[in-house]
Amino acid sequence: MANNILDFEKPIIELEKKIEEMRKYEDNLDINDEIKNLEEKVTKLKNSVYENLTRWQRVQLARHPERPYTLDYIYMMTDEFIELHGDRYYKDDKAIVGGFTKMDDEKVMIIGHQKGRDTKSNLYRNFGMPNPEGYRKALRLMKLAEKFNKPVITLLDTPGAFPGLEAEENGQAEAIARNLFEMARLQVPIIVVVIGEGASGGALGIGVGNTVMMLQNTWYSVISPESCSSILWRSWDYKEQAAEALKLTAPDLLEQGIIDKIIPEPIGGAHRDHKKIAAALKTELLAEIAVLKKMKPEKLVQHRLEKFGKMGIYNE
Amino acid sequence: MGWFKRSKQNISPDSIKTDIPDGQWIKCNSCGEIIHIKQLELNHWVCLKCDYHFRIGSEEYIALLFDKGSFKEYDKKMKSGDPLEFTDTKKYNDRINATIKKTGLYDAVRTGIGKINDIKVSFACMDFKFIGGSMGSVVGEKIARAIDRAYEQKIPLIIISQSGGARMMEGAFSLMQMAKTSTRLARLDEAKIPYISIMTDPTTGGTTASYAMLGDFNLAEPKALIGFAGPRVIKQTIGKDLPEGFQKSEFVEEHGFIDFIVHRKELKQKLTKLIDLVS
Ligand SMILES: [Zn+2]
Repeated sequence: MANNILDFEKPIIELEKKIEEMRKYEDNLDINDEIKNLEEKVTKLKNSVYENLTRWQRVQLARHPERPYTLDYIYMMTDEFIELHGDRYYKDDKAIVGGFTKMDDEKVMIIGHQKGRDTKSNLYRNFGMPNPEGYRKALRLMKLAEKFNKPVITLLDTPGAFPGLEAEENGQAEAIARNLFEMARLQVPIIVVVIGEGASGGALGIGVGNTVMMLQNTWYSVISPESCSSILWRSWDYKEQAAEALKLTAPDLLEQGIIDKIIPEPIGGAHRDHKKIAAALKTELLAEIAVLKKMKPEKLVQHRLEKFGKMGIYNE
Repeated sequence: MGWFKRSKQNISPDSIKTDIPDGQWIKCNSCGEIIHIKQLELNHWVCLKCDYHFRIGSEEYIALLFDKGSFKEYDKKMKSGDPLEFTDTKKYNDRINATIKKTGLYDAVRTGIGKINDIKVSFACMDFKFIGGSMGSVVGEKIARAIDRAYEQKIPLIIISQSGGARMMEGAFSLMQMAKTSTRLARLDEAKIPYISIMTDPTTGGTTASYAMLGDFNLAEPKALIGFAGPRVIKQTIGKDLPEGFQKSEFVEEHGFIDFIVHRKELKQKLTKLIDLVS
């Protein structure tokens, strides 16, 4: 835990530790007052820090290694999850997971990017960077959901599609393009939630939905601030400026009309309370499913066409 | 005519004709041959010696493909709205205006309807010289409208891609153009209208990962760079040199993502035949 504290979290976590220490001597009345004081101080500090996060700080929160990942959400929100593997052509990509499961009484297909939590699991998951077979597995599972008339939920959390040799040989671009094309006309509801990093085509490759939401401390853009910095500023040092310029946070995307809703996170971020954020996400998903289930297939397809058709700012 | 590299200093003395003004000779990027611009134009901007395909823009492709006077352009002056008020080392807005002035183009794609050997088609052609042929809101919207014209008039769609990918300065808006164009192509597909995608040098990033790879027929010019990630990024990731010919048209065809590679000289005839075979 100690290794994973972000700079701006430090003063808060130090205070919280202090309070915890003092709790050990709780019987003492004087200390009780002091604890109360400190608690008020922490709350104030939290409010001022988390209400004034820079865009770059939000990017850091989105990447926090203790945030819940796709499988965590699946286990916390659903029962009877059966994971399905493989694209049926080539391989099983560990950077994208998915399967049928049950959320309360709703049977759903959940698909998402999957990161690892330590070096070993990150290597196994390729740091959440899918290869073409990942996108093709995702599409296969979506077609299954369509066949059995179950809504599709996708959870986005990737630093990007993998820029590797084999990925190119096997048609990374085609795999992503094909998903956009097929998701457009899928005959069941699709709900998309950015739960961490929404980096470019690698994220959008499972991101064409009727409803698109973001958790509060996530980002979604065409490029990461680091890569943007290296290309436009010709240096890796302008990531803060790049994050500001890209306007890539959840409030930004809501204002841009690209997402439908922000799901608030527990104060301090999703990593501070897994159960709470999972419960909040589940509530939102169930509400969306209830609405979208009433739409006929051709209406769902038309809805997606119009939704993405409206995105873009130009002068005629 | 900014698309070729003038190379006065590399011209050998015996190839310079004194009666020809400066800049009328071009050096081939591939074999070094010095070619007169008129000759090159007559040869469809392909090197007479080594078949190297010079990078050309929408103007040249329209002249190359369409029956004389048949092409009608749409949305010519559609211009970026700078949705993020983006600034890096320069203001995006200034960059746009400077590029418009320099190129005479309003953005990185031109669209319209014209006739290819009497076949009416909806057409879009990108221009690399406009901010690297990057796809922002204007490119996405104009391509979407070109798709819709094909859909509404039940005529084939042809898109020539030439693009470094999505336009960073429009952030998530540019990313969403991938979804916008692909959802429209899905509708076109349902209507059973043919779509021919032609990839030229270079076609990478979000452009490849959306409409460029979604043709019923994916064509490419010889030796064009075609891929998702750029070669520099891949080299960094794997820490090794890339194999010879990696991400070139021939490589992409070999791996199954292109139907055939077409020499520019044969492009018009090939398109005519292909459309005829599926009509
Ligand atoms: Zn040559």
